[in-house]
Order: sequence, then structure tokens, then C-alpha cells
Amino acid sequence: MTDTSFTPPGRVPAPRHGSLITLDARTKKRNAAEKRFRMYGIAAIATGLIFLTVLLSAIIANGKGAFQQTFITTQVFFDPAKLDKNGDRNIDDIKKVSTFGYTPLLHNAIFAEVTDRGIETPLTKASEMKALISASAAAQVRDAVIANPDLIGETVEFRILASSRVDGYLKGRVSRESVIRDKSIDAEHLDLTDALADAGVIEKRFNLSFITGADASESRAEQAGMGVSILGSLFMMLVVLVLSLPIGVAASIYLEEFAKQNRWTDLIEVNISNLAAVPSIVFGILGLAVFIQFAHLPQSAPLVGGLVLTLMTLPTIIISTRASLKAVPPSIRDAALGIGASKMQSVVHHVLPLAAPGILTGTIIGLAQALGETAPLLLIGMVGYIASNYPDGIASGFLDPNSAMPAQIYEWAKRADPAYYERAWGGIIILLVVLLSMNLIAIILRRRFERRW
Amino acid sequence: MYDAPKSLETTLDQKTAKITARDVQVHYGDNHAIKDVNVNIEANTVTAFIGPSGCGKSTFLRCINRMNDTIDICRVQGEILLDGEDINDKRVDPVQLRAKVGMVFQKPNPFPKSIYDNIAYGPRIHGLAKNKADLDAIVEKSLRRGAIWEEVKDRLHASGTGLSGGQQQRLCIARAIATEPEVLLMDEPCSALDPIATAQVEELIDELRQQYSVVIVTHSMQQAARVSQRTAFFHLGNLVEFGDTVKIFTNPEDSRTESYITGRIG
Amino acid sequence: MPVFWLVIVVLALAAAGYILGRSRALTSAGGDIRRLHSLPSYYGWNAALKVIIPALLLLVVWLLAQPFYVNSVVSKMIPQAEISEGSSRGLVMAEVRRTANGLDSIAAAGLIDDDETRNLRVDTTDVTKLLKDAGQVVTSGITQPVLAAAQHYRIMKASGDLIMSIAVVAFALAGLLWGVRESHFDFRARNVVEQVVKALLIAAASIAVLTTVGIVFSLIFNTWEFFRLYPAADFYTLFEWAPSFSGRGGASSLGILPLLWGTFYISLVALVVAVPVGLFAAIYLSEYASPTVRGFAKPMLELLAGIPTIVYGLFALLTVGPMLLTVFGDDGLGWMQGGRAVMTAGITMGIMLIPFVSSLSDDIINSVPQSMRDGSYGLGATKSETIKQVVLPAALPGIIGAVLLAASRAIGETMIVVLGAGAAARLSLNPFEAMTTVTAKIVSQLTGDSDFASPEALVAFALGMNLFILTLALNVLALYIVRKYREQYE
Repeated sequence: MTDTSFTPPGRVPAPRHGSLITLDARTKKRNAAEKRFRMYGIAAIATGLIFLTVLLSAIIANGKGAFQQTFITTQVFFDPAKLDKNGDRNIDDIKKVSTFGYTPLLHNAIFAEVTDRGIETPLTKASEMKALISASAAAQVRDAVIANPDLIGETVEFRILASSRVDGYLKGRVSRESVIRDKSIDAEHLDLTDALADAGVIEKRFNLSFITGADASESRAEQAGMGVSILGSLFMMLVVLVLSLPIGVAASIYLEEFAKQNRWTDLIEVNISNLAAVPSIVFGILGLAVFIQFAHLPQSAPLVGGLVLTLMTLPTIIISTRASLKAVPPSIRDAALGIGASKMQSVVHHVLPLAAPGILTGTIIGLAQALGETAPLLLIGMVGYIASNYPDGIASGFLDPNSAMPAQIYEWAKRADPAYYERAWGGIIILLVVLLSMNLIAIILRRRFERRW
Repeated sequence: MYDAPKSLETTLDQKTAKITARDVQVHYGDNHAIKDVNVNIEANTVTAFIGPSGCGKSTFLRCINRMNDTIDICRVQGEILLDGEDINDKRVDPVQLRAKVGMVFQKPNPFPKSIYDNIAYGPRIHGLAKNKADLDAIVEKSLRRGAIWEEVKDRLHASGTGLSGGQQQRLCIARAIATEPEVLLMDEPCSALDPIATAQVEELIDELRQQYSVVIVTHSMQQAARVSQRTAFFHLGNLVEFGDTVKIFTNPEDSRTESYITGRIG
Repeated sequence: MPVFWLVIVVLALAAAGYILGRSRALTSAGGDIRRLHSLPSYYGWNAALKVIIPALLLLVVWLLAQPFYVNSVVSKMIPQAEISEGSSRGLVMAEVRRTANGLDSIAAAGLIDDDETRNLRVDTTDVTKLLKDAGQVVTSGITQPVLAAAQHYRIMKASGDLIMSIAVVAFALAGLLWGVRESHFDFRARNVVEQVVKALLIAAASIAVLTTVGIVFSLIFNTWEFFRLYPAADFYTLFEWAPSFSGRGGASSLGILPLLWGTFYISLVALVVAVPVGLFAAIYLSEYASPTVRGFAKPMLELLAGIPTIVYGLFALLTVGPMLLTVFGDDGLGWMQGGRAVMTAGITMGIMLIPFVSSLSDDIINSVPQSMRDGSYGLGATKSETIKQVVLPAALPGIIGAVLLAASRAIGETMIVVLGAGAAARLSLNPFEAMTTVTAKIVSQLTGDSDFASPEALVAFALGMNLFILTLALNVLALYIVRKYREQYE
């Protein structure tokens, strides 16, 4: 062989390497490089986990306040002289008194709480109590009187919403420095708030109406809730479920079980894989142009939102459904065909039931994805401020203008009052809880029905 | 059970042993894959490991350069001495061990790089070349020793994966040689090759014996008879018989060896 | 809801068809199921499908076609003089439709009865006030031609609806007759039903193609409309983005370049964050991590992928922005003016993309065959040398594909940039300045109050067109690279 020219005779080939026990300098260096590289990996994982922790803790720290709200408990005297001048308890006359007629009663009530307890304050007029209470309180009291006119002349205990400044002060969002430039509240009010909080008149309580309530105007952050937009999301998800599950399953069955290798099938496959990666906002443009401009469907309606999200989720559902159909072994199909079932019967009777858990899991994950989507909804007009009225029924739930959870959060994030930021974070908590439970259901389904062939 | 061939040990000349294995046990999870293996491997000799599939010959081979470290569930006990040093010692870096004990695998596995870079990979990571000219010389020398130089010298910068199966395996052998190991482990190096390529590789193995201690795992008894001087027969995780190849194939001591060689088991 | 009731009628007829078809087939076989070619229910389904499919198909086509026909007839009634300066026939037609809807609600509210609405005249009644009383929003005083057109519109619509109902029910009845007459014991009902079901399956699968066609057409038509009002050359070459809110055309500068620059800059920052972190995380998880660490860290990272983008948007606006501001703002280094900046959006988007990059890279690294690693370890390479010099080069095409997919995600991302990047279009190199992107401008141009027909709104479609082409090209390229890569090791 040619190697003789490279190994002259006499050269001893044996000890080319040193001892194994002692590491040579180069190995030490290489091991140090190895350790460094490993550290990069650990650092990357740690970075990811830190980001996750910061994100989640920001959400919880900023959002948990939204589930608590400051209320004022007070004894309201319904002065007959103001509410029912004729004294005949005629409901039509009582209805003529607007919320402005009730506001002074509330001011008096709170002022009475202050003077009764002997709290010292430079505020000497009842009307100066205005800064403490929410603008929504008068409507609350008025509704109670209209529902029960016998209250007139009585003194009744009410729990009314405090203003968002008072709420913010108790939650640490509003400080004494920040109120200097604030026209709607003064430092004296904050002193009074402290005193009333000590007396138990003002207190923070669990705020159910954040979950069930409607959106409110810019200036009434204390009243705004997610309820209507949750309904909007619910109606949208119904549309998505009802359309994307059958269409997705039908499309997958065709592609997986029946499709012959031809141009049309190829075209469908290419389209599905590309649609899965089209930016969601493009689907919004599609919805705007096709469903609203072309087909004249109502703007801002959950029905249209649902249609757009269906088109967006279909590729996801088709891809996962095909995977679960593929997982059913061919022997099952052969067995059905072997006893004389038609291709269609073998699929409907045997393959589909076996693939059902996988299909369901994929659908739930697709729905969860659709639920968190915001951008396309903005384009078809499902913006937050619309969600201020509950739908009247099932049909109006689908057709009347509404918003959706993520769009409501976006709307709150845009508003100037920091009180709305707290609500946006709180909305995120609700959204994430819903998403988490959907994913948990998917995981449980998968665990429960997972089959290994 | 068959008792380990203690008598064999004494017949071997301890001085010429390059590798000495003592009571080696290997477990894969709950599976006891290698039981009490004792063997001496000599320098400048081709040692063949034969036996039916799943008998543990490859597993034992992978113990010699600690390739089993990369498998999580694998545990190795016992002592393997290389030049009198325990390779499983805590202070031994497997990296340094593998530079000393090279390995060629069953399936040719050239890296998706050029032929030149495939060969230069080992010398580069071990820092064997002082400069480019030095590295060029190492590459040429290794390719010549791998008996593939003439075929590839004009396309050193073509991809290694573009070669034929036999060329790829010789490339992998040349790659292993390039780091100047003292022991070369070969795990069924010809099982993926056609007869002509096999003949070329076998010829090469015989050449390599001049400078290296070669251990080859093979399922082909003819191959073991052709290339090796010493043969070890493994069966169900036991080393059944170890000795001169000629003796194993003509006059085996153990009935199981005889059954295997005559084709009754395996 | 005539359409709703129409559908109910068709479904009821279909149910009748099912029962009749099934029983007629059974009778023809003398009650002996074995003499039937198919199971009895197939005869029922055959009849039911023959009721439903033609009738509903007709209904859908009619619903889509009727507005076009009515519009084109009615719009011919409007004299040229009605179309004022700066307006268009389309805008006047919108007014006609609003008036017609208003007349509907007047009649529904019982303000005046239906016959009278047909005879209203502008000179005798204050129609505008009447409409406003009925809760209909109309812009200006309704003129007589508009009112006449609206009245004609209503009549045509009403008669169209009536004819449609009759036609649909007639179709359904004909289908019923056809399906039931076919139900004879030797009729191959199962084959027919299965053919129809298969056709439905194909239709369902074709929705993906229809969606793409819908996207392409809605983009092309409106982009075309935009380029008629605004020169395409300006759109692609102007370095300025300054839409006017009051004027129509001319006054606005609508150049895409500053938006593209913002998009690319933010995407670049996002990739600079996501690619190293994601790639190293994938390497660590697939090559180093113990099963326990992998079992914990992998789902945790994937949790980041399941969080909706609106959450990241809020996180950028309210957490990342202020955090950066304390370091780079006026109190710190003084590079940053406000919380919204390229860095704010870019970093947040990078966090969002970490799991995307890492799970794609993980798949790709795992598909590098173990024999490659063994070959390298067998030569005495350390783990990191093996990864850097063997695994990563082998996986490189796949990783490039993954990065391209991530880039396409970054370019198409909307909510993070809407909330975190700012609204001003700028061509600047300072990453701490606010910039804006293509997606953010699509949202702002289409959610404002501007008229759909104005170039300020239509520009959003042109932006969308470019966004679509850009992301599609990246995706196709990435998928091609990844597919080629996988084939290499299969």
C-alpha cells in the first residue's frame, strides 16, 4: 500500500497519545468550551422562562385589582318633596324625575355619614361629596325607586359604586401627587376616603359585575365589565364550531380517504398549508370585502366575526383532523371493506368514530386560537365600545353589533384613563382562564381516549 | 451457566494486551445485555467478535470507547483497561479516550460536508495540524491509508454524501484514521456494502493491522476467518469462547461455538 | 325573516321526502327489506337530498344575485344631476338603500301604513324628518328622485322576495316528486346518496381554494380601485406617509416605504431576540436536557405560544414600554421619548416568537440522524463540537426555513405593533423611536371614519395586497426549503 511513503520504517506507531487519566491542556480548553456552550442553552431556557414569569406576573399583579371594586354603603333618604311632588305615588310622575334629581339625595346621604361620625373635613357642602361616588350610582338608586315606588319617604341602605378615583386611591393607582393635577378629585377627598374606609363605609368587595357587566363610557371606568363581550365571543364561537367542525371533518375525510392524486387535490393541499400561515389581518380584509361590502351582511355582527374566524381556523382543524384520520390503521378500513361495506360506510362507521377524540381535541385547540384573535375583528367593526348592551335574544345575539373579549381588551387599552388599564389586564385574566380551561379539556380528552395501535 | 473461560486468561500473554476487560456487565434498563465478559485484545492484531444477532457483541464493542455513554438507560460495570488505565475511571474524559480509540459504524455516516472537511474534522477538533499545509498532508495521508485517495483526489471539495456506499465506508475509515487512534473499532463495517466494496474494505483492514489494534464486529463468519487473527464468540450476552481464529473455526472447544459455526444456531 | 322560514319549509319538505321515499321503496318490495337494493334509509336520504340541494342552491344564488339586479335597475333611475360634485353614483345608491330601509321601519313602526309609504312625495311630506323619527340615519335632505328610486327599490325587492319564495318552494316540491318517484326496490339508492355525499366532501375541501380566491379577489379589486384614485408610482416611491383626514385624494401622501421600513425594523429586532433564544433553547432541550427538564421546560415555553397576541400587545404597551423608558428614557440614557417604540414592539414580538422558533428548530434538529452524531462522538468530538460542526450545518436549511416562517409571522403580526410601536410613520435608524408598520396602518385606515370609497381607506387594501404577497412568498420559500430538507433524511 501507499502508506509506506508516509510511515518511514523505524518510526514506532505505538504511543501516539498520553495517559487517559491526566487531561491534556487542549482537552481542558475544549471542555471549558463545552461548558460555555451548555450555559448558552441554559441561559436561553432561563430567558424564555423569565419572560413567561414576567408576563404572567404582570398580568396577575395588574389585573387582579379589576376583580375588586370599591363600594360605599350608605343610608339614602328618598325625599318625597323631591321625588313625588304630588304625593300620589303616580308612577308616571316618578319616572319624570331624572337621575339628576337623585344625585343630591346621594350627596346628602354620604354627607350625613360623615357628619354623624364626627369626621373632621374641610369639605362643608353636601355637593362636594360628588367626587366620591360613581356617576352610575344615581341611576342605580332611581331604578330601585321605579321598581318599588313605596320606597319614597323611607330611608334605605344602599351599596353604591365609589368613583374610579376613590377606587384607584384605595388600590394604590391614584396617589396624592397625581391628584394635584386632577380636576375631578382633591386631596381633601382622599383624607375623607381614608376616614370613611376606617369607619367601614367605604370598602373593597368582590366585583361580580366586572365579569357580567357591559362596557361603560370613558368616564365611568368603575362600571365597565366584560359580560357583553363574553357573550359576543360565545356567539362567535358557536358559529365557528357549527361551521368549522363539519366542514373541516368533511374536507379532511375527502383529502385523506377519497382524494385521487390530481391537480385539484394538489391545489387544495397547497392552499391549506399556505392559508395556515396567512396573517390574520388579511382574513379581516377578506371578511370586510366579501361578507360586508359584497354580501351586505350586518357590520360588527358576531355572525360575520364567526364566519371570518371559521375561514381562519379551518386550516388548523383540517391539519389536525387529517393527522387523527391518518393514525387509524389501514387494517380497520380493510376489515370493513372485506365484509362488503362501501368505502363511505367503512369511513363513517369505523374510521370516523375511532378518530373522533383526535378530531375533537384539534377542534377545541382551533377554537381556542380563534377566541384569542383580535385583528380581523377590528376590521369588520367588532370594536369594543359597541359592547354596551346585552343582546335581546338568540337571533340578535348573532346579528346585532357586539364586540368580543380580545377586542374589548384592546378598546380598554386605548382609553386614556389608567383605571381602564386595570380592567384590560383583568379582561386578560378572564380570557386566559377560558383559554386554559379549553386547553385542559383538550388535554384530558387526549389522555382519556388516546389509543396506541 | 457457562463459566467464564478463566483458563484462557492465563494462556494469554498479559504483556502484549492493549485492552483488558474484566467482568464487564452491561444493563439496558432491566435488560442484562452483557454478562461477565473477560477478554484481552492485543496490539497489531485484528480481533473479530462473532455471534448471532442480539448476542451483545456490538454493545461490548461500544463499551471500549464509551459510546454507550450517549444512551441514557445504559449502565456499564466492571473494568476495561487500555494500556493499563481504567477507561471508566471518573477522571477519564471520554473525548480523550475516543481520540485514542476510533470507531467505524455499521452504516457509512459521512458528514454532509466536503470529503476534505470530513477527513479534516478529527484533526481540527483535536488540534493535530499546525497549519493548512500540515492539515492537507494529514488529509492526503489518511485518504491514502483508507485506500480511497486515487478515487477522490480530484474532487476533495465535493460532498462526502455523494460517494457510493463502499467509498463512503472507506471515507469513514479514513476519517477515523486521521485522528491517529491506537485502536480502531469497527461495527459490522461491511454489512451495508456489496461484495466488491466488501473485498476492498477487508483488504484495507488487513493493511491497518500494521499500525493499529483492530476490533471488528461481524455477522459473517467467512469475514471473521478472512481478516482476523483472534476471534471471540458471543452468545446471549456471554463470551463463550475466545482464541486464535484458526482454532475457533477448526477445533472449537464449546459445543455452542461449533453449532454456530456449522450454522445450527444464529 | 322570510329566508329563515323558507329554509324551515324546505327542511320540512325534505323530512317528508325522507319518510315518503323510504316507505314507497319498502312498499315496492312488499315490505321485505332483503329485496331492496340498498338499506331503506338510503331511499329516504335520496329523496331528502333531492329536496334540499337544488332548493337551497337556488336560494343562495338568488340572494346573491338579486341585490345586483335591483341595484343596476334602480341606479339607472337616478338622473346625472342628482350626483353632486365629489360624490359618486355608489354613494347616492347607498342613500337610496338607507331611505328604502327607513321606509321599511316607518311601515313597521306603524307611523303610516305601507300603501302610503309608496305614495309619499318630498313636496308634500317632510320625508327626512319622518325617516329620522323612525330611527334611520340619513345624511341630507331626501330629494324626490332619491325617494322615487327608494320606493321603486322597495317594490322590486318585495316582488323579488316573493318570486324567490315561490321558486324555491317549487324547486323543493319538484325535487320531492323526483326523489319519491325514484324510490323503487331496484333503484341503486346507496350509490346515488354516496355520490352526492362525496360531492359535498369535495365542496368542503374546496372551501380552502375558495378562501384564497376570495382573499385574492377582494385585495385585487380594491387595490385596483385605489390605484385609479392614487398613482401607483407614488405609492411605491414616496418616502412619506401622511394621509389627510378631510380632503379627498391629492392632499394625502400615501407612500408604503416608511411603513415597510418600520415593519422590517421591528421584525428584525424580533428575530434578533427570538432566533438565538429559540435556537439555543431547542438545542439544549433536544441535546442536553434530562427528560425531567425537557418535560417541564418544553410545555412552559409552548405556553408562550398559546397566549393571544392582544395579551402581548398590552404587555408591550404597559410593561415593556415603561420598563425600557426607565433605562433609555429621559431619566436614563435619553434615547427614548415615549413608551411606544421599535424596541418595545420588537422585543415583545421576539418573546412571542421564541416558542415558534424553538419548536420548529427542535423538530428539525431531531430529524438529523443519530448516526451523524455517533460518527462525530466516535472521533472524539465533544457534544458542543458535534452540535456546532455536524448537527447544525446538517440542519441549517431546515433552520433557515424556520427563521423565514418566523419572519413571515413577525411581518404579519398586528396587535403588538398596533399597541406597542406607535402611529407615526418614520424613516429613522433609532430603534428607540416610534415607528409604524403595514399591519398597524391597515387597522387604522379601516377602523377610522373615512369613507370606504376614499383613497385613504382603499390604501389599506393595497397595503394588504403587499403584505399578502410578501408573507406568501416567504411561506412558500420556507415550506419549500423545509420540504427539501426533510426529503434528504427520509
